[in-house]
Amino acid sequence: MRAYLQRRLLQFIPIILAICVLNFGLIQLAPGDLAEVVAGESGQMDDGAGTEQQVAELRASFGLDAPLHMQLFAYLKRLLSLDLGYSHRFGAPVSELIADRVGATALLGLSSLTLAVLAGVLIGVLCARYRNTRLDRAVSALMALCYSVPVFWLALMLVVLFGVKLQWFPIGGMQEVGIEAQGPWAQARDVLWHLVLPVTTLALYSTAVYARFTRASMVDALQEDYIRTARAKGLAERVIYFRHALRNAFLPVLTLIGAHFGELLAGSIVIETVFSWPGLGKLTYDAVVNRDTNLLLSILFLSSLLVMATSLVLDLLYARLDPRIDLER
Amino acid sequence: MMTLLSLQARLSVAILLLVVLCALAAPFLYPGDPLDMIAAPYLWPGQDWHYPLGSDLMGRDIAAGLAHGARVSLLVGAAAASLTLLIGVLLGTLAGYYGGWIDNALMRLTDFFQIVPRFLLVIVLVAVLEPSLWVVVLSLGLTSWTHTARVVRSEVLGLRNREYVQAGLAAGMSHARIILRHILPNALTPILVSTSIVVAGCILAESGLAFLGLGDPNAISWGAMIGSGREGLRTGWYMIAIPGLAVMLTVWSLNVLGDSLNHYFNPKLRD
Repeated sequence: MRAYLQRRLLQFIPIILAICVLNFGLIQLAPGDLAEVVAGESGQMDDGAGTEQQVAELRASFGLDAPLHMQLFAYLKRLLSLDLGYSHRFGAPVSELIADRVGATALLGLSSLTLAVLAGVLIGVLCARYRNTRLDRAVSALMALCYSVPVFWLALMLVVLFGVKLQWFPIGGMQEVGIEAQGPWAQARDVLWHLVLPVTTLALYSTAVYARFTRASMVDALQEDYIRTARAKGLAERVIYFRHALRNAFLPVLTLIGAHFGELLAGSIVIETVFSWPGLGKLTYDAVVNRDTNLLLSILFLSSLLVMATSLVLDLLYARLDPRIDLER
Repeated sequence: MMTLLSLQARLSVAILLLVVLCALAAPFLYPGDPLDMIAAPYLWPGQDWHYPLGSDLMGRDIAAGLAHGARVSLLVGAAAASLTLLIGVLLGTLAGYYGGWIDNALMRLTDFFQIVPRFLLVIVLVAVLEPSLWVVVLSLGLTSWTHTARVVRSEVLGLRNREYVQAGLAAGMSHARIILRHILPNALTPILVSTSIVVAGCILAESGLAFLGLGDPNAISWGAMIGSGREGLRTGWYMIAIPGLAVMLTVWSLNVLGDSLNHYFNPKLRD
């Protein structure tokens, strides 16, 4: 186990370096540099004469006049010590901006992931159980529609129906202003209320993906010999499906969860924008609108790290669940 | 299964033909700039038959936007999918055929692109490089090829040690000829039949970008129409509903078409 961990972590190093270099390249590509941004913000961009000199001074103070490879080294050193820099647009350190919003996105993402995996696996098992019947066909057709819908559009349509017309759910934000005063229970209920629409939207798409995948995986598993043996022993159908078939069919689904983890944040960008959810996705959007390249790239860097960590955890979990997988080899 | 499948497949082909027809006919049906404000704002569909699908907040004809938007969606989808295929097939073939360090290096590159969240990377690329249709196509193409590359690699890897390939090598054929004439034609079927699914993914991603305001500001697109319709959310939800339906139906048709082709060409997948 330890040898495997070491090897995997070693494999991550070039990828992390590559992401850093990519980030650095993108910063260089972006029009205008930090010095111009800061000079522009101090309001002296227009009068011309003193500006050139001011920008040059700022460049020197930020180390932007150093040769490119020296800048790259400085950048790598900063990133690897997790110093993500300062956002001049938002007037706060990037790490602080991100830390403030991670919780909201995690809440949104993990609730929709849990919901989608549970519903998707259940629907997938059901479709595999009644495969090629009318039920299976109807559900499969519905699921095909679900993963063809643009999520932001679905979100807006749900807002129109349940937020504007029926007024069942709030159409944006994470909680009412001043709800803290009514105690933690009221606050929790309020947040839950605000979660319904965004979580439903995010989960519908992934549910379709998990259902489709589980169905295929279950159909494969059901054709195995051990299922015939289980039937011959006279086991109950429920036991056969959930204890014997699903246990094996779930392994590929686990891989899908890993792959989806990165999409979670990406998917939350449009959803959080639609629902003004105060999370990382909304921050990403604000960074785009405000052309805050450094903030944007920091989010990219951290979410890549998150995906790497998830894939590692899932690999370990995989080995625990499937004794045929030997990590040492 | 077959009857419903073919019903769905027929429906999807009909929808796709309609979308292509709209895209082709758009400059003749609606010769003006679809971004021009020509009608009274807030016309509901059917309210004024000059503008059958109504007009948006600024008095732009929604039907004209839909037709011109079809051009953008199809163009971006097809171009980005072509780029995806080109990169994926090229890298997958090189990795599978030559193996060794080439394979290793290319697979690490694939790992890299699979680890970096795709839509986020596309957003970053488009935001940094300034939005235009070609930047969108390039960003989508550069980030979507990993799956194609992996599938092609495993196909090529399987074919590489077949006897007829060994025979070709022994007969002194060049690597290029073996790859182009003897390996690729056998390796490409699973990729080509699912091309329309790749196109669907690219159209979906493009609409998301345009919705966020990261599309080409000078080209009308379905996603951008949804984005600009948001301000009329409370009073004129048709402005959002109509272009969204267009995206959904197009993407659905492409997905169904890809699935049907997959079923037809990969009988092993049938259950």
